[in-house]
Amino acid sequence: MAVARSVLELIGNTPVVEVSELSPNPDVRILVKLEGVNPGGSVKDRVALSLIEDAERAGVLVPGATLIEPSSGNTGIGLALVARVKGYHLKVVLPENVSVERRQLLAVWGADVIESPGSEGSNGAVRMAQRLAAEHPEWTFLYQYANPANPRAHYEGTGPEILRDVPDITHFVAGLGTSGTLLGVGRYLKEHDPDIEVWAIEPPSGEMVDGLRNLDDGYIPPIFGELGGEKLLDRKTVVGPRDSIEWTRRLTDVGIFAGISTGAALAGAVRCARQIERGVIVILSPDGGWKYLSTGAWTGDIDEVTERAKKVIYF
Amino acid sequence: MTVEVRLPTLLRPAAGGSPSATLDGATVGEVLQALETAHPALAGQVLMSDGSLHRFVNVYLNDDDVRYLDKLDTKVADGDVVSILPAVAGGES
Repeated sequence: MAVARSVLELIGNTPVVEVSELSPNPDVRILVKLEGVNPGGSVKDRVALSLIEDAERAGVLVPGATLIEPSSGNTGIGLALVARVKGYHLKVVLPENVSVERRQLLAVWGADVIESPGSEGSNGAVRMAQRLAAEHPEWTFLYQYANPANPRAHYEGTGPEILRDVPDITHFVAGLGTSGTLLGVGRYLKEHDPDIEVWAIEPPSGEMVDGLRNLDDGYIPPIFGELGGEKLLDRKTVVGPRDSIEWTRRLTDVGIFAGISTGAALAGAVRCARQIERGVIVILSPDGGWKYLSTGAWTGDIDEVTERAKKVIYF
Repeated sequence: MTVEVRLPTLLRPAAGGSPSATLDGATVGEVLQALETAHPALAGQVLMSDGSLHRFVNVYLNDDDVRYLDKLDTKVADGDVVSILPAVAGGES
């Protein structure tokens, strides 16, 4: 590999590794795309770079500009890294109940953290960022949940890489948050072969939904509606924290130290493998395990860790 | 078929305060109709007047969002759990 001129050139082109030892069906292969090897440690480096470079091309970002973004962590960390390299300031609206390492990493890159109520989850962070952006027109709000540059990073990067490395893919399984990964990769794969299935995995909404006063406070990421998410997905299934942690632990048997949402995606892939006769499932691993060590996910008593995970945003 | 329907906190007042209800029906749609018949105050909160699902409501049969199964025609079996949940932003994976 040639010497990179900037760390930003190291974003993307992540490896895929086979973990079919963990498949419950001998005729179904399971492969994991490891996004934790990105320089900022997660798949969100791709999105961060895409959001910022798209805004630069549009002339929205002037040198020294201040960005504001709601994030449960990874997008914030990715944006903080890219902003640092490119000379922008970043303010991240972060739910107070994210793991301590996410907060520490934002500090590493010099981002300011504005806390939103943990009980309102990501919804609360989105609302607060919208309000602050309206109050501060001098800040730039890239809004990953509504910005087509988010799924485009996956349509132009992640999707083509998957098809290049796994041309016989039959199923793509990934977590659903902003929906950027599923929309971008899913659309790219289905344009190649409409029979490829796209499965979305979500965490239980837990106590977040108790923060809603009425249904119309609910939230669907604008990109999901605008880009036809409902037509694109073949399945949307909930994986709870216990399953997610158990499968995160199983991954260490094959030498993979991944974040808890990777365990959730793997649990979803295992469900899928049990329901199909044969196939090749690719799951996306959003990040490595480093940011979750403080949760005790690998070493703690599973009941205690599961209870703790219910109170922490790990997706 | 007899299934358990779980209600989110914000819909419980319209259903007599109970977190869940035991209802009969052959499909998710029939079960939700039975729910509305039992608790008329829920009208328009889960099913819209045209019979479709409220935009900001997700209905799960066990772990699966029924929008990606057979929607309201999804068949239910004895002992299944139907959960009604408001749409919220998850994380950001």
